[in-house]
Amino acid sequence: MGRIMLRDMERGQSGTIASIKVAGELGRRIREMGLVPGTSIKIQGRAPLYDPVALRVMGGTLTLRNNEADYIEVEVEDRQDKDE
Amino acid sequence: MTKSFKIALAGNPNAGKTTLFNRLTGARQHVGNYPGVTVEKKEGIYNSPSGARINIVDLPGTYSLTAYSVEEVVARDFLIHDKPRVVVDITDASNLERHLYLTCQFLEMGVPVVIAVNMIDVARDRGITIEVKKLAEMLNVPVVPISARSGEGVDELMRVVEDVARADLAWNPVYIAYGEDIDGAILEMEERIAASSFLTELYSSRWLALKYLENDEQIVEKGRSFAAEHNLAEVAEYLEGKVEAVGKHLFATMETYPEAIVADHRYGYIKSILRQGVITHTYDEDRLYTSDRIDRVVTSRVFGPVIMLAVLLGLYHFTFTYSELPAGWLQSLFEMMSGFLDRTMADGHLKSLLISGIIDGVGGVMGFVPIIMFMFFGIAILEDSGYLARVAFMMDRIFRIFGLHGSSVMAYILSGGIAGGCAVPGVMATRTLRSPRERMATLLTAPFMNCGAKLPVLALMIGTFFSNNRAQVMFMLTLLAWAVALIVAKFLRITVLKGEPTPFVMELPPYRLPTFRGLMIHTWEKTWQYIRKAGTVILGASILIWATMTFPGLPDAQKAAFENQRHEVLANYTDMTTKPIVEAGKDTYAPELTAKLAKIDAAQAEQALLHSLAGRLGSALESISRLAGFDWRTNIALVGGFAAKEIIISTMGTAYSLGVVDPVEGDSLSKTLAADPGWNKLKAFSLILFIMFYSPCFVTVVCIIKEAGSWKWGGFSMVFNTVFAMLVATVVYQLGRVMGLGG
Repeated sequence: MGRIMLRDMERGQSGTIASIKVAGELGRRIREMGLVPGTSIKIQGRAPLYDPVALRVMGGTLTLRNNEADYIEVEVEDRQDKDE
Repeated sequence: MTKSFKIALAGNPNAGKTTLFNRLTGARQHVGNYPGVTVEKKEGIYNSPSGARINIVDLPGTYSLTAYSVEEVVARDFLIHDKPRVVVDITDASNLERHLYLTCQFLEMGVPVVIAVNMIDVARDRGITIEVKKLAEMLNVPVVPISARSGEGVDELMRVVEDVARADLAWNPVYIAYGEDIDGAILEMEERIAASSFLTELYSSRWLALKYLENDEQIVEKGRSFAAEHNLAEVAEYLEGKVEAVGKHLFATMETYPEAIVADHRYGYIKSILRQGVITHTYDEDRLYTSDRIDRVVTSRVFGPVIMLAVLLGLYHFTFTYSELPAGWLQSLFEMMSGFLDRTMADGHLKSLLISGIIDGVGGVMGFVPIIMFMFFGIAILEDSGYLARVAFMMDRIFRIFGLHGSSVMAYILSGGIAGGCAVPGVMATRTLRSPRERMATLLTAPFMNCGAKLPVLALMIGTFFSNNRAQVMFMLTLLAWAVALIVAKFLRITVLKGEPTPFVMELPPYRLPTFRGLMIHTWEKTWQYIRKAGTVILGASILIWATMTFPGLPDAQKAAFENQRHEVLANYTDMTTKPIVEAGKDTYAPELTAKLAKIDAAQAEQALLHSLAGRLGSALESISRLAGFDWRTNIALVGGFAAKEIIISTMGTAYSLGVVDPVEGDSLSKTLAADPGWNKLKAFSLILFIMFYSPCFVTVVCIIKEAGSWKWGGFSMVFNTVFAMLVATVVYQLGRVMGLGG
């Protein structure tokens, strides 16, 4: 177990959101889309240029830019095998 | 008993709101705008089996009711000011947890709610079971499972909605616990709000306190102006001060923010309900569905961009190629009409107004209709299927550098990013962008692309002066248009459209097969809007442009002089023309005579153009335009080009007294320019640059005004683009001369 930034997660890796360190418009937007502490997420993939990133959240898929993901800290399991 | 109610449809984007709306109202709908903003307001009528007339307002899809975007402000203001009897909250059964976040906010406002759990069939297939009764009990509102697409449960939903509407319930806010710090602050703030009747006519005191704590800019602003009007400045200050104090405390103790606590607790509330056996998953929750499998390929590193390019090319091809046939019919229809008038009416201003002003004007408006229809149909497919979100996802990294959004690519391509598009559909396509600043920057720069009307003009100049490497020059100009559009977009985003990038956080909705009915309604709605709104303005502008190129007419003395010339010519030919001129099938004299007369006509047309308002403007501008190498003839043509870019060729033809020049062939003009010692490659290149970047044609300008919601932006694009084009052309021309390229 450990905390890493969402940006550093790899494809197929899952974890639980630990904290979101941003207020204002971006913070509100991130939270209202369901990214709140305690939510489990899984990295579904990245755009061809590695940014933005697509996440699996509560049965849906969300995308956010890497610099937006930088505010999100995730509690992750130790690395298992990649891709499912 | 006949009765009429007003109800609202609300829900997250992609919840299937529009599908339900279309199913309920069919063709009985009306699209308008909310006052002062460009957000669409859709209204429709549903006649219930019991005879009630239900007026349904389709609110814009939003994720929340905090004033974050115009859509949210519009949805919230509608609920508060119009007080619908019921809000039908449409949620996605497979994404219930996230969709209930908005539901929570309706409940907190207190408006009577009926929850529709949509796409219940999809959820069933995914092994998701929802205990609707339990959910209804816990939230204390009716919940109806439906499938808007198949119609399952829709009648039941409307029956429940009607019952609630007839009951005409009072607003009954639900209280959610936000923890000690926030709840304490809310109580204190509520007391103060209630004691001074601070905005309580519109909002409940608890709701108002909560919005202050959520840092809702619109509410804080309203509070300030209310305070100023009612001498309650100390209340507004107290509320803002309280929020600041709570914020500081929360940051010091827990490194968090009031709005974060509010959101966390709302989700906590939802989770606590759903966990009590409301949702059960038969399969693994993280199972990959078909949609995810498609995404594995469609957004992959290698295939993603290739597929996207193919799709965008397909959209382009579909829009511009397939619309040619109906556009051709329309064109022949209008040509027939002008032909008929031309034959039956006496020459004069009325005829000229009817043909060049009105028929060409209406023809100009209608000429775009097929393109716009095909474009919106194509985009509706991309949007409804969910692919558009993937385009934004893949292109965002590049477009973000220039302060734009991934979705900007589509507007650019339609406008002529692949040479030959049209800025009118391009500007209208920016509607799919939900980030206001990014959208403005896109719609202001899209007209820099080489649209289909600029192409014949560019082709003529290239063909005349750069005939050795036509293809390379054309390709270079396409790249140049992209570079300029992107760089100017960046420039606008750091000047007039300055501001933080709008958060990109968005949903990738699952792929869905669009419904034909939905596509048709969507396409017709948008096209009709264009005809109704832009059409009237465009017709007026077209008449205005005709007038500037016609009035004032030549003074009688000059007209008489041309008439004399004609008589002289005719006099010389009298005997010959009266003689039988057909000898052995050879028509020897008539062509010579016709040519001479045509020459006089052309000279008169040239003089008349020079004498007109447009001509005078062109001549007056010569002192400036000379810096870029343009003489008065070019100037007049450029003024004419504001009506439509392809007119540049025919106007230049008139200005060079060549008579009627076919815009597609333009052969005689090409020869004249090539032979004219005043022209050279450098001048031609300078003119090409100017034509690419100067003011969009007025149809585009009208669309910019409609899309941006203000005359200001239409004026801006005319002035800014023209000044910019002038600068570019001047710099290139002057540098070229210094380098001795002027020949």
